Amino acid sequence: MSKILIIAEHLDGRLNPATAKCVSAAQAIGGEIHVAVLAADPSGPAAEAARLEGVAKVLAVANPANAHPIAQVLAPQVARLAEGCSHVLGPSTTFGKDLMPCVAALLGTAQVSDVMAVEGPHVFRRPIYAGNAIVTVEAPADRPVVATVRTASWPAAGEGGAATVETVAVDAPLPAHTRFIELKQGKSDRPDLQSAARVVSGGRGVGSAENFALIHALADKLGAAVGASRAAVDAGYVPNELQVGQTGKIIAPELYIAVGISGAIQHLTGIKDAGTIVAINKDPDAPIFEVADIGLVGDLFQVVPELTRAL
Amino acid sequence: MKILVAYKRVVDYNVRIQVKPDGSGVITDGVKLSANPFDEIALEEALRLREKGIASEVVIATIAPADAQPHLRNGLAMGANRAIHVVADAAVQPLTAARVLHRLVEKEQPGLVILGKQAIDDDASQTGQMLATLWGRPQATFASKVEVAEGRATVVREVDAGLETLEVELPAVITTDLRLNEPRFIKLPDIMKAKSKPIETVPLAELGVESGDLLRYTRYAPPPARSRGVMVKDVPELVAALKSRGLL
Ligand SMILES: Cc1cc2nc3c(=O)[nH]c(=O)nc-3n(C[C@H](O)[C@H](O)[C@H](O)COP(=O)(O)OP(=O)(O)OC[C@H]3O[C@@H](n4cnc5c(N)ncnc54)[C@H](O)[C@@H]3O)c2cc1C
Ligand SMILES: Nc1ncnc2c1ncn2[C@@H]1O[C@H](COP(=O)(O)O)[C@@H](O)[C@H]1O
Repeated sequence: MSKILIIAEHLDGRLNPATAKCVSAAQAIGGEIHVAVLAADPSGPAAEAARLEGVAKVLAVANPANAHPIAQVLAPQVARLAEGCSHVLGPSTTFGKDLMPCVAALLGTAQVSDVMAVEGPHVFRRPIYAGNAIVTVEAPADRPVVATVRTASWPAAGEGGAATVETVAVDAPLPAHTRFIELKQGKSDRPDLQSAARVVSGGRGVGSAENFALIHALADKLGAAVGASRAAVDAGYVPNELQVGQTGKIIAPELYIAVGISGAIQHLTGIKDAGTIVAINKDPDAPIFEVADIGLVGDLFQVVPELTRAL
Repeated sequence: MKILVAYKRVVDYNVRIQVKPDGSGVITDGVKLSANPFDEIALEEALRLREKGIASEVVIATIAPADAQPHLRNGLAMGANRAIHVVADAAVQPLTAARVLHRLVEKEQPGLVILGKQAIDDDASQTGQMLATLWGRPQATFASKVEVAEGRATVVREVDAGLETLEVELPAVITTDLRLNEPRFIKLPDIMKAKSKPIETVPLAELGVESGDLLRYTRYAPPPARSRGVMVKDVPELVAALKSRGLL
């Protein structure tokens, strides 16, 4: 039977929702599921992970060196924890993308990135070419599978579980060549972009940082998170963590409203799994209308305030 | 200090890739190929470090079939001092690429290796991290700002939560994000100059690297199509459409 190790992502003592999505992917593989929490103090995220349905055991690894997720510090510990495991999974977030290839290299194996579907314990589907092709990948059966899980493709595991939390000490030499200086987090009272059920995104058409107030107002009316195209981020209208797309966040909200976004292929990659896509754009030929479920051709400076008032 | 830049050739980002009808691959015949956008950014960053006097030499490396020479000439025209062409018959997977680059690193002893954060064909985002691991050196991935001084690099990284700053001892591996810089355009005289710059070619087999091509790509399919939706003419119709879908 498979034994699957999931590497938990967490920040400020809270488990990232991406971890619960990895649990769903692990259930599709089938087997005994363990979650490893590496932190200075893993107790909070470990307790949250223990409540996830399907998890058999949580491994809590406390080490001051784990205060910040430095891939080259975490990887040797994960490689030790992975001994005897058939699969090691992490989320396909910047945390997982940074860490998991290091684990694969230590285990001398290849990594399957962005698993969107499981066809068998060693057979997966994943997107390539910015999502323009889906490829079926077979990983070798004679070594552990290291993979990242494309979170937008998976539901979060439920919260009815009661796994045991085991404190484990990992004995591995850790490098001291990397120093964490700071993390500047965009502070926002709005829902988190990656897990929000509704997202309103603005593009270059919004025109300025000040004009983004229109997007914020609509988002607040809807209880939505705010996102943006790369052009809007590059122009400095909003911070980088709001970028949606191939090189930003891949999201799957129930409702996605794209305002003043043309619909470049790299942007569309990020929203392919959205439930309903609404596009508001003044150009009737904008490619965004080819994927929109509901399209409205109009000037956003008129349409967006009117829509906000109508809600 | 020498900087090694991994400079991959990929299908141009403007090409809308099509899957072959029999599912055996994607159509690449006659399709425009370009430098991976992230690798152009990597090269630009290396050139700027050289212009600041921090680096003395910029070497680009690619693992690609024999016809990739014009691609390397482009990198040389952009300003790299020389190029290494590891000639492979077919595309290699990230673990192989990392092992090959590790071999080049052992030989060249660079102070910094800069790669793209991902190649836009396989979208794997693995090679830099694997290289750092094999080499036993620090990594700073998804960089949007790099400062090098006194044997260290201070790197601002684009992470999901915001911007993270790490300080790494050199030698180190950095992978680039889009906002790190804007690559310069190649000027005609530079294309002429690049013709005389050296390209070292090494057959992959001669490097004695164990292949890491462990994944089998068995079937390609187009992504599930989204059906074309409806157009509404004004805000009241939009609100009604959202209501009818149970979204309001
Ligand atoms: C390697 C690579 C990776 C990339 N990754 C990403 C990514 O992750 N995410 C991403 O978004 N992009 C990404 N891009 C960039 C992408 O190719 C596009 O350049 C970008 O998405 C365009 O953003 P935009 O739609 O806001 O701007 P534009 O394409 O300029 O579109 C602006 C739109 O606003 C409309 N508009 C203007 N004024 C109004 C108005 N008053 N009312 C209504 N509509 C109006 C216009 O009709 C137009 O359609 C990437 C590019 C590369 C090369
Ligand atoms: N065949 C290759 N030749 C040169 N560089 C490569 C090659 N494969 C990967 N790289 C480098 O590794 C980065 C990440 O690639 P990947 O891990 O495939 O997404 C790329 O942006 C390149 O800088």
